[in-house]
Amino acid sequence: MIELTGVHKAFGANRVLNGVDLRIGRGESMVIIGGSGTGKSVLLKCILGLITPDSGTILLDGHDVAQAERDAFLARFGMLFQGSALFDSMTVWENVAFRLLRGSLKRPKPEAKEIAIEKLRRVGLGPQVADLFPAELSGGMQKRVGLARAIAANPEIIFFDEPTTGLDPIMSGVINDLIREIVSEMGATAMTITHDMTSVRAIADHVAMLHGGIVRWTGPVSEMDATSDPYVQQFIHGRAEGPIPSVR
Amino acid sequence: MTDLVAGALAGIGRPVLDLLALIGRVTLWAASAISHMLRPPFYWREFGQAVMQIGWYSLPVVGMTAIFTGGALALQIYAGGNRFGAEAVVPQIVAIGMARELGPVLGGLMVAARVASSIAAEIGTMKVTEQIDALTTLSTDPMKYLVAPRLLAATLTVPVLVAVGDSIGIMGGWLVGITRLDFNSATYLKNTADFLEVWDVGSGLVKGAVFGFIVALMGCWHGMNSGRGAQGVGAATKAAVVSASVLILAANYLLTEVFFSA
Ligand SMILES: Nc1ncnc2c1ncn2[C@@H]1O[C@H](COP(=O)(O)OP(=O)(O)O)[C@@H](O)[C@H]1O
Ligand SMILES: [Mg+2]
Repeated sequence: MIELTGVHKAFGANRVLNGVDLRIGRGESMVIIGGSGTGKSVLLKCILGLITPDSGTILLDGHDVAQAERDAFLARFGMLFQGSALFDSMTVWENVAFRLLRGSLKRPKPEAKEIAIEKLRRVGLGPQVADLFPAELSGGMQKRVGLARAIAANPEIIFFDEPTTGLDPIMSGVINDLIREIVSEMGATAMTITHDMTSVRAIADHVAMLHGGIVRWTGPVSEMDATSDPYVQQFIHGRAEGPIPSVR
Repeated sequence: MTDLVAGALAGIGRPVLDLLALIGRVTLWAASAISHMLRPPFYWREFGQAVMQIGWYSLPVVGMTAIFTGGALALQIYAGGNRFGAEAVVPQIVAIGMARELGPVLGGLMVAARVASSIAAEIGTMKVTEQIDALTTLSTDPMKYLVAPRLLAATLTVPVLVAVGDSIGIMGGWLVGITRLDFNSATYLKNTADFLEVWDVGSGLVKGAVFGFIVALMGCWHGMNSGRGAQGVGAATKAAVVSASVLILAANYLLTEVFFSA
């Protein structure tokens, strides 16, 4: 469904992506792992067209995303940003229902609010937060509002950038189950960035490890533990010793 | 030796080329912003909020600026006119000075300080916290949702602010005239009304529209191109106010040339 070939991106002298090749099948849950600063967020933004790659191609259903009709293309996607990226001038429910209040998916306000409250419930937030402003919530709660916003319009493809970072273990479990459910029940295609190995095992069908600007290893999650790749082994066991330097 | 000359020329040439490239980019961006302003979807709620922010909440500061300026102007013209026995022209010169120059220019500069900074800080913060990216992924074009309503609101409301400022400034002159300079109130007002021509006021309103556009354009441009982090937003805010102020003064000179040079 999504196919990346030779994707390069540099910011000045900082060469972040150096030829990324990756395929994600329809209805599949792909998890990207890798040290911080290795370009995982940049990779997702390249697919969405928020950052233009210097070279390489990104295909969605066989069509180059750079040539896609933007509105129709973006309508298929939902994205949870690493920093939540909530609109601080709007209440929580208006954030969640943003897509449902304007544009092609517009519907009456009471209906949009009802959907927003239902999505908030699915990420473990009660209706009392709906009328608060994002600044009144903790970081973990903001993350879950961002998650509710990403799934509000039932997109086909969802990107989650560190969905469980900053959450307590129980809430992480709730979110992992939710992501799994969205993929298995709604048939969505998901790409998740995470550092949390519990999440990887709970969410992933396939895993890709990004390091040094390329996909160092990719395969089904069941083969992850058995791989001999020293980078993957160091990462999944959280060892300070290994090929990945601890000072980066 | 030739190396030295070439180096010196490059040293002058590069900043000039950079500046020209920047002017080109801003111009293209402004053209695209205007085209978004004219094509649907229109975000009326955002437009309404921008009118309140830019117009309504700027009224106190523009009014204060105008009243003190009108008062000071009356005193100066009286003192100056006194030197050749022309004290009587105070009402006329206050009116023409406010309507043609000081109303639009000082109003524009005050709006630049208040509004260009807040637009740049707001949009810049949205940029560094990925809210602009989030807007895009939610199928909403930031040019239409953030930039177009502010440009339109500023272009339409700053002339109104200028009109209010003109009136308050003339009133300031009148107050000083009748309390400190022994003018007769009715005569002062009659002289003002008889003397002012429609184009004196109209040219000031046109200037106001141009200055409003400049303020919103600089606020939005610097916000959208903000660097990363709090420092990036700070720099964007400062650049927005400085560039808007300088462009207002430059545009004022050009417009005055076009409108009034013989
Ligand atoms: N808009 C940008 N401008 C310049 N550099 C950027 C930008 N976005 C990301 N980077 C740089 O790219 C690198 C990878 O960032 P990122 O993808 O956020 O890492 P992570 O893998 O932790 O998500 C970092 O060095 C970061 O500083
Ligand atoms: Mg990241």
